[in-house]
Amino acid sequence: MKTGTLKQILLITDGCSNQGESPIAMAALAREYGITVNVIGVVKHDTIDEKGLEEIEGIANAGGGISQVVYAADLSRTVQMVTRKAMTQTLQGVVNKELRQILGDMKTIEDIPPEKRGEIMEVVDELGETAALEVLILVDTSASMKHKLPTVKEALLDLSLSLSARTGKNRFSLFVFPGKKKDVEKLLDWSPKLEALTSIFPKLVIGGITPTGPAIREATAYFKNTPILRGNLSDDDEQYFEDTV
Amino acid sequence: MMMNSTLKTLSKPRPGTVITGKWHKNSYRVLRELGSGANGIVYLAQAGGAKVALKISGGTSVASEVNVLKSFAKVRGSISGPSLIDVDDWVRPEGATPFYVMEYIEGPNLLDFIRKNGRAWAEVLILQLLKDLHVLHEHGWVFGDLKPENLIVTGSPPRIRCIDVGGTTVKGRAIKEFTQSYDRGYWELGTRRAEPSYDLFSAAMIMIHIHYGKALVKKEGGIKQLKEIMKEKPELVKFSPVLLKALQGWYHSAEEMRLDMLKTINGMAGITAKPAVHPGNAPMSRREYRKKKRKFEWLETILIVKIVSMIYILYLFGQ
Ligand SMILES: Nc1ncnc2c1ncn2[C@@H]1O[C@H](COP(=O)(O)OP(=O)(O)OP(=O)(O)O)[C@@H](O)[C@H]1O
Repeated sequence: MKTGTLKQILLITDGCSNQGESPIAMAALAREYGITVNVIGVVKHDTIDEKGLEEIEGIANAGGGISQVVYAADLSRTVQMVTRKAMTQTLQGVVNKELRQILGDMKTIEDIPPEKRGEIMEVVDELGETAALEVLILVDTSASMKHKLPTVKEALLDLSLSLSARTGKNRFSLFVFPGKKKDVEKLLDWSPKLEALTSIFPKLVIGGITPTGPAIREATAYFKNTPILRGNLSDDDEQYFEDTV
Repeated sequence: MMMNSTLKTLSKPRPGTVITGKWHKNSYRVLRELGSGANGIVYLAQAGGAKVALKISGGTSVASEVNVLKSFAKVRGSISGPSLIDVDDWVRPEGATPFYVMEYIEGPNLLDFIRKNGRAWAEVLILQLLKDLHVLHEHGWVFGDLKPENLIVTGSPPRIRCIDVGGTTVKGRAIKEFTQSYDRGYWELGTRRAEPSYDLFSAAMIMIHIHYGKALVKKEGGIKQLKEIMKEKPELVKFSPVLLKALQGWYHSAEEMRLDMLKTINGMAGITAKPAVHPGNAPMSRREYRKKKRKFEWLETILIVKIVSMIYILYLFGQ
């Protein structure tokens, strides 16, 4: 079975968008391009309002990804878990589709006896280990996020460490919103490690608005526009994942 | 605060609920919740007269964990994980939830046991753990998420057992699940690639935790903070040559570490405080192994060619 490139947007925010298009619609759009959108909501105490929570879940749902609300202290663990689970989920989707082709239309994994699922899971695990992965990290730098940013930085470095233990290739890029002049600003271009963050993060300017929707839209476009360093990946990867997620 | 996004939408079975599997039709009466984590919820349940542990999960983790438990079952001798009893789906109007049933391992976790029975048990239980880890590693697995909460002391005489195989990873891959305090990546003392030395780091941290009295929080990465802490407790001073080796990834097998611990307990000198043979300490990946093998095959061919040509020359001279 071939392994393509898994594309993910990882949105880290602490609540509600207040500018531009609906982030849920933009996440649904990203999904159309074969990009999974995961959301991590970082809260201070137990405080997250209903509306914020709804938006976080809504974005992940529409983006075919996973959402998790955590205290800042749990962020490292969560970031790596969400990324990993979303990969598994996407790959499971791919594998399920293959299965349907083999077994006929009506079959899903639930129609397969539990004893047989192990073999499928092994394939999913193997793909998760070896597939190329692109993660675009989208960090909310509106005023309320300010004191959480050092923790976000730690969590992202930690994610880089976790993923670098995989056999497959990784590429990360980092965007923040709001940017200095635009809705979104690119801080780090596609690169295999996130270490460069250490020097970028202290310089962040904190903004007042939260244009989550536009940020997701730009992030999606960034996946498409970069000349992808294909290496040994086949050209039909993109199409391969687009219609499976 | 951490919520499993798939599980949180499903209602939990209450005590008394009978869960019947869709495929095998076995029934389990839920007695109480044993604990929950990122991957699901574990219940104590009754099946016939026996108590079992039943894990319900919304994600794909059931299939993964069942795979691990199944391959444990194939290993003769003891791998200390729970044995697998059943795998099935629980069908409710909201949908089907996968679950698996395993042996219920009754007993306190490692820390509670030591708190109650004394720290003299620490050495014994860690030695047992290292023996089990050795078997596990020999069979191509790394436990991954090794921490006191995942270690249960059961039976009489007391025996350490591992639960929660959610982090158990095929050697050479990226560790699936870990916990900061016991993770060498977090301490900046190594990678998150599954190798025996990954587990041995966690084992050393567990030992430190037991004697220090709490889980450690990193002030700075690296070995320095850990070295300082080890000076504070006599038990840790005693074992520090072993612990330092484990923390820095200098042991290649759990058995090496176990033997060094035995030596220390006996007051025997002679623990070399240096990394053994290969400093890289990374196990050979399959590819490297193949490469090495290929190289070896090459050498073999060259050797055979040489021998044959020598025989030929001798033959020529003989003529
Ligand atoms: N076989 C068993 N016998 C007895 N108790 C068990 C067993 N399996 C699990 N438990 C109990 O249930 C708790 C949660 O189980 P487990 O750790 O497997 O869940 P998890 O979702 O993988 O959690 P984590 O987030 O810690 O990985 C354990 O801490 C333990 O107390």
